[in-house]
Amino acid sequence: MRKTVFNGTALPLLLLTPQLVITAIFFLWPAGAAIWQSLLQEDPWGMSSQFVGLRNFTEVLAEPEWRGAAWNTLIFSSSVAVLAMGTALFLAVQADKSIRGANIYRTLLVWPYAVAPAIAAVLWLFLFHPSIGLVGRALNEAGVAWDYKLNGNQAMLLVIVAAAWKQVSYNFIFFLAGLQSIPRSVLEAAAIDGAKPVRRFWTIILPLLSPTAFFLLVVNLVYAFFDTFGVIHALTGGGPGKATETLIYKVYVEGVQNVNLGSSSAQSVILMILVIALTAVQFRFIERKVHY
Amino acid sequence: MASLEVSGLTKSFGATHVLHGIDLAVEDGEMIVIVGASGCGKSTLLRIVAGLETASSGSIRIAGREVSALEPAERDIAMVFQNYALYPHMTVEQNMAYGLKIRGLPKPEIARRVAEAAGLLGIGPLLARRPRQLSGGQRQRVAMGRAIVREPKLFLFDEPLSNLDAKLRVQMRAEIRRLQRRLGVTSLFVTHDQTEAMTLGDRLVVMHAGHAAQIASPMEIWARPADTYVAGFIGSPAMNFLEGTLAEGGQVVALKAGPVLRFADGPRAGGEGRPLTIGIRPEHVELAEGGIPLPLDLVEPLGSETVLHGRLPGGEALVVKLAGPGPGAQSLPVALPAAALHVFDGETGKRLDP
Amino acid sequence: MRRYWSSLWPHLWLLLGVLIFAAPIYITLIGSTHDASTIGRGDVPLLPGSHAVENYTAAWVSGGSGRFTVSPASRMLLNSTIMALCIAVGKIVISLLSAYAVVFFRFPGRMIAFWTIFMTLMLPVEVRIIPTYQVIVSMDLFNSMAGLTIPLIASATATLLFRQFFLTIPEEYVEAAKMDGAGPMRFFRDILLPLSVTNIAALFVILFIYGWNQYLWPLLVVNDRSLETIVVGMAKMIGTGDAQNEWNVIMAMAVLALLPPVAVVLLMQRWFLKGLTETEK
Repeated sequence: MRKTVFNGTALPLLLLTPQLVITAIFFLWPAGAAIWQSLLQEDPWGMSSQFVGLRNFTEVLAEPEWRGAAWNTLIFSSSVAVLAMGTALFLAVQADKSIRGANIYRTLLVWPYAVAPAIAAVLWLFLFHPSIGLVGRALNEAGVAWDYKLNGNQAMLLVIVAAAWKQVSYNFIFFLAGLQSIPRSVLEAAAIDGAKPVRRFWTIILPLLSPTAFFLLVVNLVYAFFDTFGVIHALTGGGPGKATETLIYKVYVEGVQNVNLGSSSAQSVILMILVIALTAVQFRFIERKVHY
Repeated sequence: MASLEVSGLTKSFGATHVLHGIDLAVEDGEMIVIVGASGCGKSTLLRIVAGLETASSGSIRIAGREVSALEPAERDIAMVFQNYALYPHMTVEQNMAYGLKIRGLPKPEIARRVAEAAGLLGIGPLLARRPRQLSGGQRQRVAMGRAIVREPKLFLFDEPLSNLDAKLRVQMRAEIRRLQRRLGVTSLFVTHDQTEAMTLGDRLVVMHAGHAAQIASPMEIWARPADTYVAGFIGSPAMNFLEGTLAEGGQVVALKAGPVLRFADGPRAGGEGRPLTIGIRPEHVELAEGGIPLPLDLVEPLGSETVLHGRLPGGEALVVKLAGPGPGAQSLPVALPAAALHVFDGETGKRLDP
Repeated sequence: MRRYWSSLWPHLWLLLGVLIFAAPIYITLIGSTHDASTIGRGDVPLLPGSHAVENYTAAWVSGGSGRFTVSPASRMLLNSTIMALCIAVGKIVISLLSAYAVVFFRFPGRMIAFWTIFMTLMLPVEVRIIPTYQVIVSMDLFNSMAGLTIPLIASATATLLFRQFFLTIPEEYVEAAKMDGAGPMRFFRDILLPLSVTNIAALFVILFIYGWNQYLWPLLVVNDRSLETIVVGMAKMIGTGDAQNEWNVIMAMAVLALLPPVAVVLLMQRWFLKGLTETEK
């Protein structure tokens, strides 16, 4: 808390105005509208609407399509998080072993962060396209019936790989920083205690890295939920069938293509609750990190 | 007319009272040092005079002008901060000129003042450097320079020496004193270091728990401390305090440790058995054949002098400072000369004079 | 000998990782230098071909001539640049101002303002698609650069970052400035801004990439070809991913789309790493 401040009320309020106006018009008002619309049902011609309470929610939650999308989201998000974090941790541990090389490898591995999710999807499509892709064709020639446009599991696998690929660099940076901040003396003490490298990793390094890992888990889940819309939209369009339709994608389809406002809003509100929960977890964690 | 007049100044943060009515008049050209332990309110007092905080009540007049309602920049003062607060992205010259520029002084005048102050402080060759390229002592000088160029009515120093190492601190202390004398600017200097306070101040304000415990010249404070707090705070090693009671119609004190001492300067008021605290500075304790035996538990040789720690028969601790090397003995006979005794009320801690 | 090998393994693993990471980009780069029929046949070569100039020219001036044509890359790159710059600069400016107000003043409503800004963290565009779209339409901002950028420039992250940084600025600078007679705006301009330069640079890198990579929002609020951004345009060119697409031009387009943000990250790596680790604190 600052003791010395400037006097005045009008000036700080003026300084806050742009941020607050944009927040109110484009964040709070739409969020409120989403909540309001989620309680209404429009007639098919959009002429009138009536208050239906929580009916949109009960309908959405009972819908098999929504449940399917929720399941897809779960599979997709956890796979992306595990794949992106596992790969990043492995590479970071390797990079941490070479003191001089670490920065060079970081440079060679960071740039995918800058690639847009939709572009990442396109890059992987060039590899896995069944007829023009290098890997896709090789698979087909080897007897594997590879076509992500027909096979739902293959489509899911492809969007997971493309989404994880982009996120590895982010995780790598944080894991490497976490590893580099472990004092050498702790590891040396463990070595003198007779712990072999593998044992050192599991009993010393991993526990010390767990705050970083937990933080990254939340970040990766948020990324997989929301930022990967571009991957799915560009690569599979939610298909084949609805095999890669996630909750976010479904909100988009429902609201933009089917213009079913009540249902789309109810789904938005469910997602809102999810983000609030994730943010709360993240801040709880940060608070704890500050204290220890 | 006093350069600075503070009267009835109080400050509270909610229910916490930090200052309980401070009165202080500083003469023109005087250097006043405000000294006290941390949390005594000395910094708050300085910051209120500076205008960085507002008082709860009371008035502040600088050169006869009531300044309580004025912004810091309008009070015609300058301040040297504890960590110097030099703007890191500006050169030494820009740092010194910044305030003058804002005041709208003409460029040649700014250049003249900066050059003059730089010459005075011997930082001319550093003008183009940035603060991080300077040593601690150099930063200190630049901070002084920034204050000098303003040609203020009043200088405020907020523990400006506490970030320097011991040797440099002594050197800068002397330099600040010379400079202040030479410029003749009225100054208020805050410190927690009693040596700094003693050597720098024309007068000291010893602060304790939001009160000015004593305002007097350094020697006066050392010789006649107003209460046990001031007595214990000023002087190193700290004054010894012994418990006793008044006896023989106020002529003597009967120490808990045994001896009965007659006051050299006359009787104290009060009935028989009035509780007293007797103070004696370690350097005033004498060695005497047949005196009180003082078993020693620690001897600290300091070269030119030796500090001895022991316990009197009643269990009270007594510190003795002797010139030259210490004795080899495990126990020494000591005497407490009557002329060196300070007599304080045993309950209030206030000084009792005859 | 054992020592030698044990220090070699990490490098082998890392090189493998780097290769896997670079593979999609490499294939795309190579593909963009061959003609359509070479790629369409599926005989993807591993060495550069001789059609680079014509592919990139096609992408640059026409945006393809297949079934899924988009604006020329020159147009879309310009749009993406304007959008990314507006978003990054806009976010930085309004976040600097609001963090300054919250940290250096005490005024009624300060905490309400802070929490209002904070709440936007929990409301990504994805969870309020339709109502935000309705607001844009009702404000007549559909199909405009303003509609594309303004709703995205509110930023809790940037405000929190600047607030965090401002809190580390020593109290004495403010006090010294007051002594020097600097008012609030003068302090902001002369002292706070110069001290914030590295933070601004770090944040700029992160926000430029954020802006450049926007997908859902441009998809929603722009359907005018002249405002198409390259990330969305690129994805549109794929269509349903038919083998008959002009893959050579699409690949050239992909390279053009990822080049600017990747260049920003690599050239400003120091700022990028600082920005990344600090925005997530």
